[in-house]
Amino acid sequence: MSNRRTIDARGSFCPGPLMELIAAMKMAEVGEEIEILSTDKGSASEIPEWIHKVKHEHVGTEEKNGVWHVLVKKTH
Amino acid sequence: MSNRISIMVVSGSIERLQMAAMVASVGAVGGSEVTVFLSMNALPLFKKGAAAAAGAEGPVGKLLVEKKAPPFKHLFEQAVELGDAKIHPCSMAMDILGYAQDDIEAYVGEPMGLTKFLDDAAAGQVWSF
Repeated sequence: MSNRRTIDARGSFCPGPLMELIAAMKMAEVGEEIEILSTDKGSASEIPEWIHKVKHEHVGTEEKNGVWHVLVKKTH
Repeated sequence: MSNRISIMVVSGSIERLQMAAMVASVGAVGGSEVTVFLSMNALPLFKKGAAAAAGAEGPVGKLLVEKKAPPFKHLFEQAVELGDAKIHPCSMAMDILGYAQDDIEAYVGEPMGLTKFLDDAAAGQVWSF
């Protein structure tokens, strides 16, 4: 998976991680995957809500040692 | 379901400004057409460089600063840049404060009157802070 980038939003509170993801999504190409790292639990549930609302693809969410990794694919 | 969100902000407290900025930014990036109307004690905080003057109403306001939650002005700016929100100062408050357009932050648009705000607000959700 070379076509993936990671946004580190650890330490930022809601809606900071979502906004960082959206800024990155604007710059990304269609088909590109972006992984966002967040220590904010609210953002871990809020980000997939946004992804569904604006119809991108939520590839998955994983928690590792208190850090949520949310993976999204830009579809349009 | 309406897709328009009108937000009136009159408070100068950091808690209310933060919540207003969260509704504006999350609403705007979720595809809603967001209009923010700044008046009363909220407007002086949008003078260029003025954010530090926002006071806390209670303990959470202090925590927002201590824990470095995203500053409300930054969230409003992101609402405009990422979600195409429109932020307008109240024309009456601009006159009372003696502000010109150049005195306020660049992402804040032209002054708006209540007639226009109410007209826009009639078609959707209205929030006030």
